[in-house]
Amino acid sequence: MTAFEMTHVSMTYGGRRRRVRALDDVSLSVEEHQKWGIVGQSGSGKTTLLKILAGLASPTSGQVRLFGRDLDLKSADVMAELRSSVQMVFQDPRSSLNPRMKISSIVSEPLRSPLVRNRPDMPTDHAARVAEVLRAVGLPPDCGDLYPHELSGGQRQRIALARALAPHPRILLADEPVSAMDVDVRAQVLNLLNSLVDSMGLTLIMVTHDLSVVRHTCDHVLVLNQGRVVEWGPTSTVMGDPREEYTRQLLASTIRRRTV
Amino acid sequence: MTLLAIDDLSVDFGRHHRPALDHVSLLVDAGQRLGLVGASGSGKTVLASAVMGLLPDNAHLTGTVRFQGRDLTRLPDAAFSRLRGQDLTMVFQEPMTALDPTMKVGRQASEVRRLHTRCSAAQARAKVDEIFTRVGLDPVSQIADAYPHELSGGQRQRVVIAMAVMNNPSLVICDEPTTALDAMVQATVLALLVEELDRVDAACLFISHDLDVVSSMCDDVAVIHGGRIVETGGVDEVLDRPRHPYTQGLVATARIDAVGPGQRLPVIDDFSSTSDLVQAASEQCDTPAPTRQDR
Ligand SMILES: Nc1ncnc2c1ncn2[C@@H]1O[C@H](COP(=O)(O)OP(=O)(O)OP(=O)(O)O)[C@@H](O)[C@H]1O
Ligand SMILES: Nc1ncnc2c1ncn2[C@@H]1O[C@H](COP(=O)(O)OP(=O)(O)OP(=O)(O)O)[C@@H](O)[C@H]1O
Ligand SMILES: [Mg+2]
Ligand SMILES: [Mg+2]
Repeated sequence: MTAFEMTHVSMTYGGRRRRVRALDDVSLSVEEHQKWGIVGQSGSGKTTLLKILAGLASPTSGQVRLFGRDLDLKSADVMAELRSSVQMVFQDPRSSLNPRMKISSIVSEPLRSPLVRNRPDMPTDHAARVAEVLRAVGLPPDCGDLYPHELSGGQRQRIALARALAPHPRILLADEPVSAMDVDVRAQVLNLLNSLVDSMGLTLIMVTHDLSVVRHTCDHVLVLNQGRVVEWGPTSTVMGDPREEYTRQLLASTIRRRTV
Repeated sequence: MTLLAIDDLSVDFGRHHRPALDHVSLLVDAGQRLGLVGASGSGKTVLASAVMGLLPDNAHLTGTVRFQGRDLTRLPDAAFSRLRGQDLTMVFQEPMTALDPTMKVGRQASEVRRLHTRCSAAQARAKVDEIFTRVGLDPVSQIADAYPHELSGGQRQRVVIAMAVMNNPSLVICDEPTTALDAMVQATVLALLVEELDRVDAACLFISHDLDVVSSMCDDVAVIHGGRIVETGGVDEVLDRPRHPYTQGLVATARIDAVGPGQRLPVIDDFSSTSDLVQAASEQCDTPAPTRQDR
């Protein structure tokens, strides 16, 4: 089944002072259980694309469908479906985690959402679920008593991920979810995401600048440049034999150790 | 010549029993680029904040941090404010930490310039345009006229980097400066950072978990584990022949390219048991700080 479909989506920000065309005629179709990587230069529209899929922004023009239904942000029905099946991890955890809430309430918040609460597969023992997801992202369960500012940057990023995973989403939208993580934790988290796709049928749409992460974790990739789709397809094709010069440049710019 | 001398620095946060920094000593020479690598939560940002005088009130600090001979831990606030943004600057892990959400970014950068140099508003603005252009913020006039939330993550971080190198500092502390940047911009920004550092002969304490980036940027590297420095030395020496088990695990887990698509990635626990690490960490915490290698 098709999880997300975008057709001819464009997005323009701003008024008279500063107009930015962040997305320009983007079409994309994501099947369930696929793992997509969205790559492209800074400012190319990656975050904007995720926000539109998450229903946090509506495109200036074009169509978005979630499981075949029009993503009409005014329809209560559609919003219920969206909130219960889609979760998003934001790029800058500092600005997305409520500084006045303890970690345990931050992580359990989606479980208490009225739109999600009544789903049959929703964990009822919230404390147990919180402990479970914290462990899954490599954090000790007793960090639930802390506030976000008491954690390190990589720990905060894992809180954001734990929160998104808590209600068993069908689709996970993640904006640079492993960028602030050290290699060890990054490996744990990517292993976790891979196993969730295999065992729970999760669909993953991930923005990352780390092409080795895309190569390892994503089966499909979309390359954006200045709001336009450069190319997309299976990762092995796009990264192994890129059709476009832009993609080749992107692949060539990865920093490598001088000696390995 | 020693620029920054951290000596026996410990930091804890009251109600936490385990200190975030545990008797850390570290030297940075003028012009040296020292990498600091370590696991999430190992104390890297706390170390940077301690040097910058930006620890929260509930932090308890012992030891000394000498910068150009002066002990920063005893420096009055007013003197510290003059130092920050001028001789001693920092690029933060999360760019919003450094930006005022209510002010256009061009104006913020101009103020940083004017606070520390005698110049007219027009001169400051010209300098901002110049430095924004160099870090690839394009088109400059539009970006300068935007509020932080109107910029993408990478654009925000480039604004912060521009502000950090603008006043010819002696030491720039970079805390994961490029995690929010795409590969192309990352390469560009790091090259720019190196160029600017070399131009004004500034030293850099470069915090990162990306060993590739550290090896391309730094002369020397220090490895921190559980709030202690466990290994220091030349970058190639440490990354090619890591001595401490934690560093060995770190180097081994960094090889994501060596693992087939979708295959399980190795984690540090695969390489050494936690008890070994704790043991070794306590034995090696007295490793001397690196000295600058001749270039
Ligand atoms: N709220 C906003 N108001 C005005 N312009 C915006 C807003 N959000 C984003 N933009 C602009 O839209 C363009 C695309 O931004 P977006 O955040 O989608 O980029 P991105 O690909 O996620 O970049 P990065 O890798 O740096 O995070 C950028 O030029 C940005 O300045
Ligand atoms: N304000 C604070 N109050 C209490 N504990 C704190 C505070 N700031 C940091 N800590 C703790 O100190 C330890 C070190 O944190 P620090 O932010 O220095 O880690 P880090 O090495 O920068 O990690 P990362 O790579 O994830 O950014 C962590 O265990 C963290 O929970
Ligand atoms: Mg973004
Ligand atoms: Mg940190």
